[in-house]
Amino acid sequence: MNIKILPTILILFFCLIFLIFYKGLKNSNIYTPQSYLEIDVPVFVLKSFKKEDEINSKDIFKHDQFYLLNIWASWCVPCRAEHEFLMMLNNNKKIKIIGLNYKDKFDNAKNFIEEMGNPYFINLIDKNGTAAIDWGAYGVPESFLIYQNKVIKKYLGPLNDKSYFEIEEIIK
Amino acid sequence: MASLIGYYSLITGLLCSFLIIFFSLNNFNRSDILNKKIVYFTFLQFFLVVVSFFGLILSFVFSDFTNSTVFNHSHTTKPLFYKISGTWGNHEGSLLLWLLVLTLFIFLFLLESKRQPIKYRLLTLLFQQIIIVGFFVFIIKTSNPFSYIFPAPKEGLGLNPILQDPALAIHPPILYLGYVGSSIIFSSALAATTLNYVSKEWAKHVKQWVLVSWIFLTLGILLGSIWAYYELGWGGFWFWDPVENVSLMPWLALTTLLHCILVLEKRLILTSWAIILSIATFTLSMSGTFLVRSGILNSVHTFANDPERGLFILIFLFSLIFLSIFIFLFFHKNENKSKNSFFWFSKETAILINNWFMMYFLSVILIGTIYPIFLEVLSSEKISVGPPFYNKLILPFLIPFLLAMAIGPKLNWIKSDLKNKANLFLFLIISLLLSIFIIRNLSINFLVNTILVTSALYLFFLTLRDFLIMKIKNLSQNLSHFGFSLLILSILFNNIFSSEIITNLKIGESFQSKQFTINFKSVDQKNERNFKAIIGKFEIENNDGTVEVLKPELRIYNQPNIVTSEADIKTNLIRDIFITMNLVQNQEYFNIRYQIKPFMIWIWFSVLIISFGGLISIFKRKHEH
Repeated sequence: MNIKILPTILILFFCLIFLIFYKGLKNSNIYTPQSYLEIDVPVFVLKSFKKEDEINSKDIFKHDQFYLLNIWASWCVPCRAEHEFLMMLNNNKKIKIIGLNYKDKFDNAKNFIEEMGNPYFINLIDKNGTAAIDWGAYGVPESFLIYQNKVIKKYLGPLNDKSYFEIEEIIK
Repeated sequence: MASLIGYYSLITGLLCSFLIIFFSLNNFNRSDILNKKIVYFTFLQFFLVVVSFFGLILSFVFSDFTNSTVFNHSHTTKPLFYKISGTWGNHEGSLLLWLLVLTLFIFLFLLESKRQPIKYRLLTLLFQQIIIVGFFVFIIKTSNPFSYIFPAPKEGLGLNPILQDPALAIHPPILYLGYVGSSIIFSSALAATTLNYVSKEWAKHVKQWVLVSWIFLTLGILLGSIWAYYELGWGGFWFWDPVENVSLMPWLALTTLLHCILVLEKRLILTSWAIILSIATFTLSMSGTFLVRSGILNSVHTFANDPERGLFILIFLFSLIFLSIFIFLFFHKNENKSKNSFFWFSKETAILINNWFMMYFLSVILIGTIYPIFLEVLSSEKISVGPPFYNKLILPFLIPFLLAMAIGPKLNWIKSDLKNKANLFLFLIISLLLSIFIIRNLSINFLVNTILVTSALYLFFLTLRDFLIMKIKNLSQNLSHFGFSLLILSILFNNIFSSEIITNLKIGESFQSKQFTINFKSVDQKNERNFKAIIGKFEIENNDGTVEVLKPELRIYNQPNIVTSEADIKTNLIRDIFITMNLVQNQEYFNIRYQIKPFMIWIWFSVLIISFGGLISIFKRKHEH
């Protein structure tokens, strides 16, 4: 009896593996990188425009509030293009926009805001560009939609009509 | 023209198989002398595959774009070296190489097994021909390297730039010698089981094949790892990528088999182990081919996602598995129980214990590699298993493994006692103190790291002592174990003491840290035949006043149009410094990664020592004969 159980189990086991591999072959195998969804907000301590003292990321993000973290710089041309959308978004009370000023001169950044308007609830200074790396940013501009301390959507490049309406739709 | 000759010699090679099978079956019960025709046809088959392979190489060298393999993987501006290495840098060509090694090895087997029983030789040949026919049909039916394109395109599509690297050019042939060499072990184990010839003589004979495949597999994995370190630019040498895992699994099985064969040669025990491991090694190599070639796993090795190919290998693989299960269950006789006894404190017990550990490592890697596939099929959930999984499950078990490896060779066969083993204990204390001294400043994982380093140092000292007092019973074993301790030590120190800095810099800026300053001096441009390069110049000023200049590159290849980042690495005996730069989109900034990696060169060097131990063993056997 013993002798017969072992072969049966072995053969069944390998048949099972065969079936699974066979099914695996039919599956689509194009690798899609996991999008940057539902990832916890990185922890940071940065200086802001208004006050000299440092701001901790824990103090900024409230749980039941939408935030848009926008990485920008005065030297970045597409940032100018997207600025009107940020201003429009700022009219919506459900969302607060946080700026991350990336590798910029303080005076230039200030002039930029004075000239174009300030949509930002807080503007953080990332002088050497390290905070942007923590966010996994590829370049400027880039925006992260945050809710309940999670990044729920990531926008590479300048915001446009489409992404603006999408954000409005999500925060409804 | 070359393609045409290649194609027809491939077909003729397949016909040879049928003649060989016919003559072997004829010869099997009739005569005590091997029919000469069998050897001739085996040579002819090998020769035809060589012709076919050269046909493909020539098509690549002369950029014959009427051949679709050449068109898809070559380009006229490619340097000659990479035109040739491009031959096996693709699915079709690499399978042809696989076939080349298969036929070469069975020919060599026939030549050097003259003293073995004729039935065993014939049966091994038959089993090997089953595999060879399988691959012939696979190549001709689903992956013909000589398909014709009309009209001929003017220019080819080019070879993936990250494959244009010297280490990677020789990595496939070396690795294949190891992979495919295990096919001989597989066939011979099946033949020996069928004929009930699993004996000390068989062990002695198959041992050299095990050694040959083991050496090539070790070197092949080493080359792949070196390539990943220099070319991929992530600063690591092992990523627990599925593709790396599928080469490590046969290696583990083969290493275990090597130790079993050693025991089997001395005492007729562990026969089931030896047979199962022989089968497992080759089936794991085949599964590796299946996993990376079918496109189930995705990596640089996935040349084409063609389900038909995957299906063919899958069916072929499982036919071989079922055939071996059948043979094992019906022909294998369990060894005599009285001989089967182990004394708990003996060399064979130590080897058996470590075999179980290696089987454990193998299972961990197997599960980590195929579990994501299973999960995706059963629940369509995608997960990826990364280094933390392997580190957590493997590292703690390395400790007893290393200790048994240190003490095992000091024991006698059959029965050993504790006399004169006091100095073994002394060495353990020394290792412990030394590792506490080395690790003292480390705050995290102090305990685990200390014990790990202790056990690795212990093996290191014991093997080193044997070299120094010139009392070496077994030089090759001692050398390989010494190499292994060096490998583990280098990997541990490399992990523990590595440091890394990631920052964005533009030209003229510097980055300052406690020990050094990185100055980004300038950027140059260079035009090569197959790529354009942007070369950064960085000066690293260390606090002790020394300055080193590093020049990482960004290469923009023309065919296909891909940007790769070439690390610049400065190596010395103690550490590597490693710098890569990457473009930050739309900006003048570059993303800089600077790493200090201690003992990198010792990782490569220790693997060389390990395989050198195997080489000595082969020559020692030749000498004895």
